[in-house]
Amino acid sequence: MMTTLTKHPPAAAHKAPQRPGRGRRMAKLRDVRIALLFILPAMIGLVAFCLVPTIRGVYLSFTEYSILGEPEWIGVDNYTAIFQDELFWNAMAVTLQYVGINIGLQTVIALGLALLMHRVAKSTFVRGALLLPFFVANVVVALLWFWMLDYQLGIVNEIISWLGLPRIAFFGSEQWAIPTIAFVNVWKHMGYTALLIFAGLQAIPHHVYEVASLDGASHTRTFWSITMPLLRPVLALVMVVSVIGSFQVFDTVSITTGGGPINATRVIQMYIYQKAFGESDFGYASALSVILFVILALVAFIQMKFLKGNESDLD
Amino acid sequence: MTTQTLTRKPTNWRRIGAWSLVVLALIATILPFLWMLRTALSTNGSLASNSANLLPADFSLGAFKRVFGMQSTEEAIADGGSGAAIDFWLYLRNSILFATVTTAAQVFFSALAAYAFARLRWPGRDKVFALFLATMMIPGIFTALPNFLLIKNLGLLNTFAGMMLPFLFMSAFAIFFLRQFFLSMSREVEEAAMLDGARHLRIFFQIVLPNAAAPLATLALLTFVGQWNEYFWPLLVATDENVRVLTVGLSVFKSQSPQGAPDWSGLMAATIVAALPVLILFIAFGKRVINSIGFSGIK
Repeated sequence: MMTTLTKHPPAAAHKAPQRPGRGRRMAKLRDVRIALLFILPAMIGLVAFCLVPTIRGVYLSFTEYSILGEPEWIGVDNYTAIFQDELFWNAMAVTLQYVGINIGLQTVIALGLALLMHRVAKSTFVRGALLLPFFVANVVVALLWFWMLDYQLGIVNEIISWLGLPRIAFFGSEQWAIPTIAFVNVWKHMGYTALLIFAGLQAIPHHVYEVASLDGASHTRTFWSITMPLLRPVLALVMVVSVIGSFQVFDTVSITTGGGPINATRVIQMYIYQKAFGESDFGYASALSVILFVILALVAFIQMKFLKGNESDLD
Repeated sequence: MTTQTLTRKPTNWRRIGAWSLVVLALIATILPFLWMLRTALSTNGSLASNSANLLPADFSLGAFKRVFGMQSTEEAIADGGSGAAIDFWLYLRNSILFATVTTAAQVFFSALAAYAFARLRWPGRDKVFALFLATMMIPGIFTALPNFLLIKNLGLLNTFAGMMLPFLFMSAFAIFFLRQFFLSMSREVEEAAMLDGARHLRIFFQIVLPNAAAPLATLALLTFVGQWNEYFWPLLVATDENVRVLTVGLSVFKSQSPQGAPDWSGLMAATIVAALPVLILFIAFGKRVINSIGFSGIK
């Protein structure tokens, strides 16, 4: 997922004044008509490719539909089948394993990098270089690492065997495949995540640190008692966005393992894709994506609640 | 923002340690790209025996020729390629067309909507805005299946129209992003123009858009990169050779691997073709993007 959080320095410093009362009614009527014109294209997009598909997706999840013919209403049969579907539970377990490794590793590394950007390496060059992988397509990143981690010729295995250790089938073995894919995506996203946290670090007022320093607080103490609590809202938002993106991992899996070996990397989105386009079972696939949607909404809700992401300790 | 944020001078070894971590991170980021280039400029036959050197093994442009369909089938097979027809010129053209058209339309229509949300008064405005924001929560896969059926029913599978349609009209993020900027812009000039009898359309095109050139450019850049890298949707609706974009082309190329060893140098040459335009854009405009990444809504 390419969700981007950005800000821009305001063009003008002062707040816009309220519009004067002259000819208000005329202006109002004109506003409504013109507003309709301005909003129309976006509205078409919203309705045709977002709202209607959402409703249709929910409807399809209660049907049996193989693309050929008409969807046939079967009530909650898809859902009851899913709860007894071992491949579904496997997909959930694999996805959770991926999300855990991906988010854990990524948050720690990005936090470290952000602190380094903030305190040591302030140059834009460093930030730019670390951001590079984020701008390259998932497919490209996946292929690049597929090559570098190749069992026979990959440079990483060359180094491993040069060190006298046994070669590792990174994408080919059941226990390595998911950690490897998680690592590849950490590599891609760490710079971007670090930059987001860095922006949060910069928002912490300077004087808080000065007071801590005057009180003789150690670096470690300052980090745990000041930086982390004040960074919490930013971290919460970064986590929510990354976790939601992480649950929808597909490109890297599709390019490198295609879900294998056996079922080791069949993440939930891969399973949905295979059900819909491999087995033409659109009803079942729709029910799976409804479940994914509900899970994501729950995860976002719990995280915001748990991390109190919408409150700041600065007030 | 060049203010010194350190409150105390760290001891020297601390600083050295910190810098070595930075250098390590930089190496970990950059080295794989150099390895990609190195592989693309090597021949497949020599890759096995020369892995300890950063310079190309047995320098050759053969991989790039193969990717652009400029090698004969025999030559390609002799060089370790699959010999299957592959034409990255075509995919490059398709990617450019797909990313440019969707970016231009999406940013323009989103700007129109953002203006309506930021500057015009109409009943239900804030509710509709909230609805747009809420759609950011819907996972892509969820709408992808019904959208695929829609495109299929319209008979637009394997056409540019089918590939572009869902992206053309808006992105909730773009609307949100531009609305925030429009709200921060001074209204004075617009109000003066209004008193002179200028209509909203003129104000939008002659005052608001030029003043918002910088955020529009940033947004367009981010959108373009996202569209350029899009894989899932084109994979669903546009796998035919004549509309195939680079990302899908890459996956097809990979799956055509000849028996035994894959065509690594060809694959890496192809990934460079797919990555280069974005890397060039990033080197040219990266600073703007880097400085714009941060948080809106959080102080």
